[in-house]
Amino acid sequence: MPSIDLSKTSLRDLNLALHRLAKDTNETLWTISNPGGEHSIAAGVDAPVTINIDGNVGYYCGGMNKEAKIIIDGSAGQGVGENMMSGLIHVKGDASQSAGATGRGGLLIVDGNASARCGISMKGIDIVVKGDIGHLSAFMGQNGRLVVFGEAGEALGDSIYESRIYVRGPVASLGADCVEKDMSDEHRAELIELLKTSGEAHKVDVAEFRRYGSARKLYNFNIDNAGAY
Amino acid sequence: MTKHESNWLPTTPRKSATFDDYTLSEIRRAAATGIYDIRGGGAKRRVPNFDDLLLLGASMSRYALEGYREKCGTDVTLGSRFAKKPLKLATPITIAGMSFGSLSANAKEALGRGASLAGTSTTTGDGGMTPEERGQSKHLVYQYLPSRYGMNPDDLRKADAIEIVIGQGAKPGGGGMLLGQKISDRVAEMRQLPKGIDQRSACRHPDWTGADDLEVKINELREITDWEKPIYIKVGASRPYFDTMLAVKSGADVVVLDGMQGGTAATQEVFIEHVGIPLLSAIRPAVQALQDLGMHRKVQLIVSGGIRNGADVAKALALGADAVAIGTAALVALGDNDPRWEAEYQRLGTTSGAYDDWHEGKDPAGITTQTPDLMKRLDPVAAGRRLANYLKVMTLEAQTLARACGKNHLHNLEPEDLVALTLEAAAMAKVPLAGTTWIPGAGGV
Repeated sequence: MPSIDLSKTSLRDLNLALHRLAKDTNETLWTISNPGGEHSIAAGVDAPVTINIDGNVGYYCGGMNKEAKIIIDGSAGQGVGENMMSGLIHVKGDASQSAGATGRGGLLIVDGNASARCGISMKGIDIVVKGDIGHLSAFMGQNGRLVVFGEAGEALGDSIYESRIYVRGPVASLGADCVEKDMSDEHRAELIELLKTSGEAHKVDVAEFRRYGSARKLYNFNIDNAGAY
Repeated sequence: MTKHESNWLPTTPRKSATFDDYTLSEIRRAAATGIYDIRGGGAKRRVPNFDDLLLLGASMSRYALEGYREKCGTDVTLGSRFAKKPLKLATPITIAGMSFGSLSANAKEALGRGASLAGTSTTTGDGGMTPEERGQSKHLVYQYLPSRYGMNPDDLRKADAIEIVIGQGAKPGGGGMLLGQKISDRVAEMRQLPKGIDQRSACRHPDWTGADDLEVKINELREITDWEKPIYIKVGASRPYFDTMLAVKSGADVVVLDGMQGGTAATQEVFIEHVGIPLLSAIRPAVQALQDLGMHRKVQLIVSGGIRNGADVAKALALGADAVAIGTAALVALGDNDPRWEAEYQRLGTTSGAYDDWHEGKDPAGITTQTPDLMKRLDPVAAGRRLANYLKVMTLEAQTLARACGKNHLHNLEPEDLVALTLEAAAMAKVPLAGTTWIPGAGGV
C-alpha cells in the first residue's frame, strides 16, 4: 500500500508513479499525505486504484481521471476532476469553481458547496453536490447529470444542450434556453439511482427536487430568438 | 448671357466609394434575411502584408550563396524550453489547426499525408483527433480548445505537441461555429452534440481565467503527459507584445500568433473583417516581447495568417519568427476553389476563388463538407501529394531568397535584410522605407 508524503516526494514523481500503474496492478490503495494545496495531484491516472488524499488540494486534482477512485479528505481548488472520463472523485469538503468542467464520464461528489461554473461544458459526467453551487453552472452542458441538494446561483444551465439538472433548493435564475421541466417516473428513477451511487439513498426525498434542462430553442439559429442570446 | 451648347455629354454615372456595390448588396442581403453574413476564410480586404516588404539581397557588402549548391538549412526545433520531446521539423512551414467537422475526414487525412511527406507538422482543430489524421501525420499537434470536444487523455498522449488555443486571427475573442448542415452522425458523436444543431463553441476556456490560472493549467497538461510534449499557446493577433509576454510567463514552449488574414471555418463577416490586426504588424511586437524577456529562440514563435509563398516565409522569418503556419493556402493546394468546379460554384451563386460559404457544407471540391458524395471527390493520397509539392516549393523559394541574402540557414535572415515599399509597412514591420533610413514611429512598442 504505497503511502506518499507530498512534503517529501515531488508532485512529478508521484504522478509519474501513478501513470506507470498497470491495469492489473496490486498497488490498488494509495495514500497521499501533506498535499498542501498542490495543483494537479493525481491528474491523468488511468488505472482502477483508490487514492486517498489526506488534506486540501489545489487546482485540477484528478484531472482527466480514468477509472481511479480519488477521495479528497479536504477541499479542492479550481477544476477538480476536469474532463474526467470515468471513475469517482469524492471531495469531502468544498470545491472551487469549474468543478467537473467538461467531464465526460464518472462521478464527482462534493459533500460541501461547489462554486461558480460547476459542471461547465459537462459532457457525460455525473456530479452530485450536497451543498450549493455558484453561478453559470452547467453552462453549455452537453450531457450527464448535475444534482444539487442546496441552492443554485444565477444563470443556471445557460446555453445548455442535453445535460439534466436536478436542484432541491431555490435557483437564483436560469440562463438562456434553460427551463424547468416535468419530473416523470424516468427522472425520479434516475435521481434515485444517482443518490444511491453517491451514498445518499433514503436520506433525501427525490420529490423535493425540480428538474431543469434545455428548451432546445437555440439549437438552430432563428433571428426571432436573437434577444435570448 | 451663358452660351448653351446642345451637344454636351451627361456626367458619367458615379457610384459612391463609401457605398460601393459590395456594400449595397450586403445592405440588401441583411434587409432581406435579418441575419448577419456568415462565411469562411480570413479577411478579404487589402491590409498591409508581406508584398509591401522587399528583401535587399547581397551587394558590395554582403556575400551571396550559390543558389543551387551551397547549403541553406531549413530545419526547426519547436518546444525546446521545457518539453522532453521537442518537435524537430525539416521545414519551418507547418499546417495550422483545422477541425474535423469543418473539413472532411479525407481532407484531414490529406493534410496529414502532405505534411508528413514534407517533414512538417499538422494540427487538429475544434473537433478532436481522428484516427485518419493521427495515422497519416508524423508530427501531430493536438489543439486544446475552450469547447474541449473529444478531449481525452489518450489522444493527448498520442499527440506530438499540445496547442492551447486562446484565439485565432480571424476572430480574436470569438468561439467556433459549425452549422447544422455539417453536424453529421460522426461529427455529432465526436463532439457529443445532438445531430443537426447549429453548434457554437465556447469562446473562453471553462476551467481557467487569466494568465496565472493558465500557468497552472499548463502544468496540469505537462503532468498528465509526463513533461514530454511541447506546449504551444495560440493567440489571435491583437495585442501581440503583451500576449506574448503573458504566454511566456504562463510557461509556453511555443507561441503561435495568427494575423487577421488567417482563416476560419465559419464566422460572422463583420468579425473577420473588423477584429484583430494584420500579421505584418504583429510579428515585431511579439519578437520584441521575446527579446525583452531574453527568450527569443528559446520560446519559438510560429506566425500565420495569409502566408502564401516562400517570399512570405522568408520575410516572416527575417522579422524574427521561427516558423510559419498555413491554413487557407494548404486547402488551396488540396484543391479548394479549383476552377475545374466552376460550373458548380456558379450554381452556388459564386465563382472559383471567391467561394467561402464553407459552413454550408456544399463544397464542390469535397474539402469543407461532410456530404459523402462530395467528400469522395477528394483523393487524400493525390491531394496530400499536391500539398507536399507546394510545401517543397515554398521551402525552396525561401531558401533561394535566403541564399541571395547570403544566409546559410533560413533563421539567419534578419530585419536588416528587409525594406518596405509603403510607409504603413515600414511602420508596422519596423524596417526602413526603401531607399531611406526612415522607420516611421521607431521607438514605440
